[in-house]
Amino acid sequence: MRTTLLILCLSSSLLLAQEQPIAFRGATIYPIEGAPISNGILVVEKGVIKAIGATGSVTIPANATVYDVAGKVIMPGMVDTHSHIGRGDGGDASAALNPEVRILDAIDVRSTSFMKALSGGITTVNVMPGSGHLMSGQTAYLKLRRANTINGMLFCRDPLNDICGGMKMANGTNSIRDKPFPGTRAKSAAMVRQLFVKAQEYRSKVQAAKGNPEKMPKRELDMEALVQVLEGKRVVHHHTHRHDDILTVLRLAKEFGFRVVLQHVSEAWKVAKEIAEAKAPCSIIVLDSPGGKLEAVDIRYETGAILEKAGVSVAYHTDDGITDSRLFIRSAAFGVRAGMSREKALESVTIAGARMLDLDGRVGSLRVGKDADFLVLSGDPLSVYTHIEQTWVEGMKRFDRANPEDLKYAVGGYDVYGYPESFDACEGGLQ
Amino acid sequence: MNIRMLFLPLFVPALVQAQIAVHGETVYTMAGPPLKDAVVLIKGTSIERVGPASEVTIPAGYKVLTAKVVTPGLVDAHSTVGLAGIFNVPHDQMQLEKSSPIQPELRAIDAYNPKEDLVAWVRSLGVTTVHTGHGPGALMSGTTMVAKTSGETVNDVVVTPNLMVAFTMGSSVSRNFKSPGTRSKGVAMLRQEFLKARDYLKKLENKDPEKRPARDLQLEMVADILRGNVKALVTAQTAPEIAAALRLQKEFGFSMVLDGAAEAYLLLDEIKAAGISVILHPTMVRTGGDTKNASFTTAAVLRKAGVPFALQSGFEGYVPKTRVILFEAALTAANGLSIEEALRTITIDAAAILGLEKRVGSLERGKDADLALFDGDPFEYTTRVCAVVINGTVVSEMCR
Repeated sequence: MRTTLLILCLSSSLLLAQEQPIAFRGATIYPIEGAPISNGILVVEKGVIKAIGATGSVTIPANATVYDVAGKVIMPGMVDTHSHIGRGDGGDASAALNPEVRILDAIDVRSTSFMKALSGGITTVNVMPGSGHLMSGQTAYLKLRRANTINGMLFCRDPLNDICGGMKMANGTNSIRDKPFPGTRAKSAAMVRQLFVKAQEYRSKVQAAKGNPEKMPKRELDMEALVQVLEGKRVVHHHTHRHDDILTVLRLAKEFGFRVVLQHVSEAWKVAKEIAEAKAPCSIIVLDSPGGKLEAVDIRYETGAILEKAGVSVAYHTDDGITDSRLFIRSAAFGVRAGMSREKALESVTIAGARMLDLDGRVGSLRVGKDADFLVLSGDPLSVYTHIEQTWVEGMKRFDRANPEDLKYAVGGYDVYGYPESFDACEGGLQ
Repeated sequence: MNIRMLFLPLFVPALVQAQIAVHGETVYTMAGPPLKDAVVLIKGTSIERVGPASEVTIPAGYKVLTAKVVTPGLVDAHSTVGLAGIFNVPHDQMQLEKSSPIQPELRAIDAYNPKEDLVAWVRSLGVTTVHTGHGPGALMSGTTMVAKTSGETVNDVVVTPNLMVAFTMGSSVSRNFKSPGTRSKGVAMLRQEFLKARDYLKKLENKDPEKRPARDLQLEMVADILRGNVKALVTAQTAPEIAAALRLQKEFGFSMVLDGAAEAYLLLDEIKAAGISVILHPTMVRTGGDTKNASFTTAAVLRKAGVPFALQSGFEGYVPKTRVILFEAALTAANGLSIEEALRTITIDAAAILGLEKRVGSLERGKDADLALFDGDPFEYTTRVCAVVINGTVVSEMCR
């Protein structure tokens, strides 16, 4: 009995790491950073990409498990730059600005929404608190590994000392509420400015201390997080819809020098030039129709194409539960429908998002040394008829459409998504 | 120049009503197998002829439109556009009156805005006929109507006024009204209302006009359901709600269309035995609340079981403010239906459930000249709708 238990424990720890090399042979491979490879070979070992190239140019290790995937397509696991999966939360109603709040303290790693995302080919996700606050808290960059606690999903090593996500901010109508929230747009901006001014002062005190613990200011969690923002180490993910609100974000980013990813940016197409000049990347969403909230009345399928033309970096996001993680790749296809290039559209669900999260060294493309996060698809990634057949994370198969236990997450059905997921909890996300 | 115009045909372009010929590489007539290299001739507001290009000569003077793929104008079997508006603020949300949970006398035609931006949006994506009206959320919220998606006034566009009365069996009713506070109370209230209407009908038959009851618009409408003049469109998502709807229908014998039906796959035999049609939830409906058990494969399951059904865009309380049936059907084509079967759910099968199969939903001589023109496989995400024709008029000629 004891022995059996021991073996079980051993094998479960083995589940967390891929040891034996695996090779995929014959697929069309979209490395994303580089031209598509027909009849390609992908070799992965110890969770990273060992080799990639056309058949003949790559040696498959003798001890590798080889999968013949002729006729299939392989592309990187996708990066969702804005999602509310995982049943997390964020700041409460006691304050409009909550820089000290971390969503990683609330995420449920057992939420079925993670399987939902994997069935949709998402392997890296920026899970964010909602948009009902000017600053609702710190976001979490997650890798969809099998995990027992949130630590197993984080990109960072040490949540106490490392930066494990960005900072969620919002302007426009969502964060305009009763006190202590702002009542107008100008008040919203003033409150944000006042807080950043305070953070600048805090940073000055830290700098003046020159590492001397005696001279350091008292620890303030909110200030510490904002200093990371001021120093460009923690990226601001800023919910914003209307063209004037977008310009307000750019104005604040310039004043305080923080790095910003514009999120949603429904009216980005109206101020594409200004966004390009500010070199602000845009994380956008495809909604089947405009409207539903006043600020999203002018959202357009064409936004991606217009931003691409203006030279702006574009990534798509699900804002799950606003759109469904299972259908994330559809966003890229809609980008093409409305004029985006195929190349940029595929980047917009992979490497472009990885760059926005400062994770492009590890994910978002298939390159030797990068994480072995990839998808096996039945055909053209942008076709409605194509299914994501397998999702691999760091060399481990996390979703397999051929397995009925996994398939159910891709199609839904009775008791598959038993939890009422995040649509209300995320304060509507896009709301 | 208003930049908005670049994207959304919110204004009606110079309407071209002439004799039109539509030449398609593939024409899905929905009245037989798809035709290759075929022509649809339009005269006035109707289809004059459909056939292979080798057999149909395009007469001189016809305006010729060409497309990779031609389908009938799409028929949305259930929507709320025109009552529900794009802004989602109280003044443009006319689909649900919250003063009382039973108000079948509210007529869709008294609230429909044919100039609503959401109507223009779905039109630009191929929808030419829409079954719209009062929404879910009340025991009986009011009537529905069928309209064409292009026209200046409700009179121009209405095809069928008061086609159905919208019922809801689900938990949303209790969120909108103090009573019913439960689903079983809701069913009891509906049963009582039908009994009252039965009584009302009986009194109407009194030989002595003096003894007949005074006109009561509410009871008149319920009586119309009992008499079969108006159908009941019953939104029921979970299996218990569907079962309750079937029970109610059996007790009072009215003509019912089951709407939503997220868990229909659990009650296939019962639905078949009742001989009713289903207007299935949007394929991409959010898997939460009453629809938490929705599946991408339900359309294929209904098809296999032989249950007549169509797809809907439904009602959305938030973003996106309407769904688009073209995209909802596309997903069924990726999850078990053939392209033609999926097309049926948004053309001829939808028309049949609305009782309009002789007028719309297929390309056949004498039917309304409603067409959608595509630059490729209609269901591919990257294919665009490049022209829309309604009643022989080109209402949109911009690929999107």
